[in-house]
Amino acid sequence: MTRMPAPIVSPTPAAPAPDGPDKITVKGLEFYYGDFHALTDVTVPIKSTAVTAFIGPSGCGKSTFIRCFNRMNDLIPGTRLEGKVTLDGQDIYAPGVDPVDLRRRVGMIFQQPNPFPMSIYDNVAFGPRLHGITKKSELDDLVRDSLDRANLWKEVKDILGRGGLTLSGGQQQRLCIARVLAVQPEVLLMDEPCSAIDPTSVQKIEDLMAVLKESITIIIVTHNMQQAARVSDFTAFFLQEVAGEAAVLVEYDRTTNVFTSPRDKRTEDYITGRFG
Amino acid sequence: MAEASAQNDENHKKAAHGLRLVSRSTHLKEAGLRNLFLLCAFVAVLGVALIFLFVGWRGWSIFSTYGVGAFLGGAEWDPIDGIYGILPLIYGSLVVMGGALALGTPLAVGTAIFLSEIASPRVRSIVRPAVELLAGIPSVIFGFFGLLILRPFIASTSGGLGFGAATAWIILAIMIVPTIATLTEDALGSIQPGIREASYAMGATTWQTVYKVLVPAAKIGIIDAIILGMGRAIGETMAVLMVVGNAPVFPDSVTDPIATLTTQIVIDMPYATGDHRTALFGMAIILFIVSMGLVAAVRLISRLQSAMEANR
Amino acid sequence: MSKRIANQIALALLWTSALTTVAVLFAVILYVVVNGIGQLSLGFIFTWPRGVNAEGGVWPTIVSTLYVTALAMVIVTPIAILAAVYLAEYAVQGRLVSIIRCAADTLASVPSIVMGLFGLALFVEAAHIGFSMLSAALALTFLMLPIVMRTTEEAIRAVPKYIRWGSYGLGATKWQTVRRTVLPAAMPRILTGLILATGRAVGETAVVIYTMGQAINMPVSPLDSGRPMTVHLYLLAMEGINLPAAYGTALLLMIMILGFNLSARYLLRRTRKV
Repeated sequence: MTRMPAPIVSPTPAAPAPDGPDKITVKGLEFYYGDFHALTDVTVPIKSTAVTAFIGPSGCGKSTFIRCFNRMNDLIPGTRLEGKVTLDGQDIYAPGVDPVDLRRRVGMIFQQPNPFPMSIYDNVAFGPRLHGITKKSELDDLVRDSLDRANLWKEVKDILGRGGLTLSGGQQQRLCIARVLAVQPEVLLMDEPCSAIDPTSVQKIEDLMAVLKESITIIIVTHNMQQAARVSDFTAFFLQEVAGEAAVLVEYDRTTNVFTSPRDKRTEDYITGRFG
Repeated sequence: MAEASAQNDENHKKAAHGLRLVSRSTHLKEAGLRNLFLLCAFVAVLGVALIFLFVGWRGWSIFSTYGVGAFLGGAEWDPIDGIYGILPLIYGSLVVMGGALALGTPLAVGTAIFLSEIASPRVRSIVRPAVELLAGIPSVIFGFFGLLILRPFIASTSGGLGFGAATAWIILAIMIVPTIATLTEDALGSIQPGIREASYAMGATTWQTVYKVLVPAAKIGIIDAIILGMGRAIGETMAVLMVVGNAPVFPDSVTDPIATLTTQIVIDMPYATGDHRTALFGMAIILFIVSMGLVAAVRLISRLQSAMEANR
Repeated sequence: MSKRIANQIALALLWTSALTTVAVLFAVILYVVVNGIGQLSLGFIFTWPRGVNAEGGVWPTIVSTLYVTALAMVIVTPIAILAAVYLAEYAVQGRLVSIIRCAADTLASVPSIVMGLFGLALFVEAAHIGFSMLSAALALTFLMLPIVMRTTEEAIRAVPKYIRWGSYGLGATKWQTVRRTVLPAAMPRILTGLILATGRAVGETAVVIYTMGQAINMPVSPLDSGRPMTVHLYLLAMEGINLPAAYGTALLLMIMILGFNLSARYLLRRTRKV
């Protein structure tokens, strides 16, 4: 497996963004928590095999938004969604669509590393076992492969039987990434994956994102603008202008453009640190 | 990279399948399990209904044949002559409960305050397990202890046999300590921490903080704890049975034998037939209704409290 | 400085109440141990009581106690755990849930003698099961149900939300999430609750006295009657016929109860460390 060069801290993405087809499209999305209108009129494409970053001040609905792509919000009672979200052209909110199967195809990494209280091996094998793989050799291969892709194999290959919770925070997060990779998702949602871990691990996770995006469509929510600039090919900026009112998508473009020549005054203010 | 592109190809293949719909079998399985769990949860409701039905079925007729007034208000319990007035038993239950609460509540609330406000972690790690262990000791052992240790002691001070309300008070007071102490400690623990600091910052002593700030703040929780302790005391059977002397009369003194609703049921059950047996089940109905009433009181209080907080 | 003196007095009283509680516990334990230890022998544990004075051992009462406790736990465990799963994971706050909670609270507060009479009326008589292990176990089941339900529900609720998200995020169904992540994560605390409930069942007297019968008997089938240790202790103590045997029985009972409580405590502490 070839390693991408370590990303440089600059607004230019390490590689030119591929202008691939849209993996996901969102049209006219409205989102509600009970009476609270959280997001309004969001229309955005997510390009295939690229990294798209969602940025914005806290409370701007970016975490809510990312959870719409694997219907994680379904688990919160009282939430409601209008508009259309498609994966490969198909409406994921159409009646009868199985959110469980959708979540296998659209994996997710959370802010808090959340390994299950079981061994490292069992953590990674959890997904494949769910989906009916029981053969030991097949599981072994998947576990090694996934840990390798998550940049963790070298560190844990001798301690696979040890509890996942005994790892450091950064290792735990990579274990969670390995766990998701083991079910071979097409899309990877990362909800502030680096905000609860140490800087060295952040570097490792950013490295592996650069490799993973060759094969997987990645969406990352981050409050760290340097990180968005380093890792993403496209950036969407969200803003809740008035407290208590719905947040909107202010600007979406190639990351280079958003960070060097934003079209919207509000984006510019945010990026230059004038508010948020 | 070969691996990655293989993965890529595979993804495209999967994409061709499109979104999968919820399969019928998965849906049925999940719904079936959900209903099974609901059914299990409903066993609790079933239990209450069955108790009501069967104890009620066996005991109800005493109210109609013997009469509510004569049963509840009758001052004499003499089953051999067909007289089933349970007023002495109700009186016995109330006296035993009242004395036990009067002795047990200060002990329990004091222990709870000690645990939550005063004890160092080391001391707490001894006292709290002791309180929990006390809750686990079977009532028959408490009764045994009361019968052989406490009773002779009471007898030597009062001159009688030592069977009576006083002995039961002491034993029951100890038995309700864990119930009241645990719930009181929970109530004290759920006070937001800022309140304590504010009081200490104004120069209040520990005791002033406890009785001027913390106890009022945890008032509702402490009342709930006492009500549940009351339920425990009224319903306690074996320990009381072994020390009260079991005489269904109005006693002259707290060291004279007495009987309660629960003890009379155990004593009479082996030989009771006909109306006598019905009367015992009728007493069980009353105990059941009282315990339900206490639970309802706790629920009502917490509802009132949340309504008050909403208005604030 | 009367303020300081009042404080000192109050603190002394609070210390006294806590120490009293601890002292009473130790007094009860010590009393039973000191008086019972001389009685304890393999012969006492493994032989039958003989004659009108119940001399000899208590073996059948130990077997009866363990039999009825095991039977009750076998019945109550699956029901209570699944009920708790429903309340903690599936239920949406509403009328149905508040009815279930209210019923569980009521059940928890039913005096044990009432539960005993209920068992007598329903299982022994109406269902024609007779005085038996099964009747007693069924009555005990209703007594244990709210206790195990509550500890299990608390254990399940203590499992962090993000563990569930991790599982859902991998495409697990609700049941897969519950069975493969939530229940294993909650298991130590669930077991602790079960062990404590077992201790309660072992020490229970009023429920079993009129559902199991009182005749000394070695139960083999669940339909056999018997006399549990608690009832044996009660009868020996009240009739005052064989106090040494009563002390011995009390000590055995105490050892079992302490064993259950301490092992639950140990289990809980060990899992907290991890």
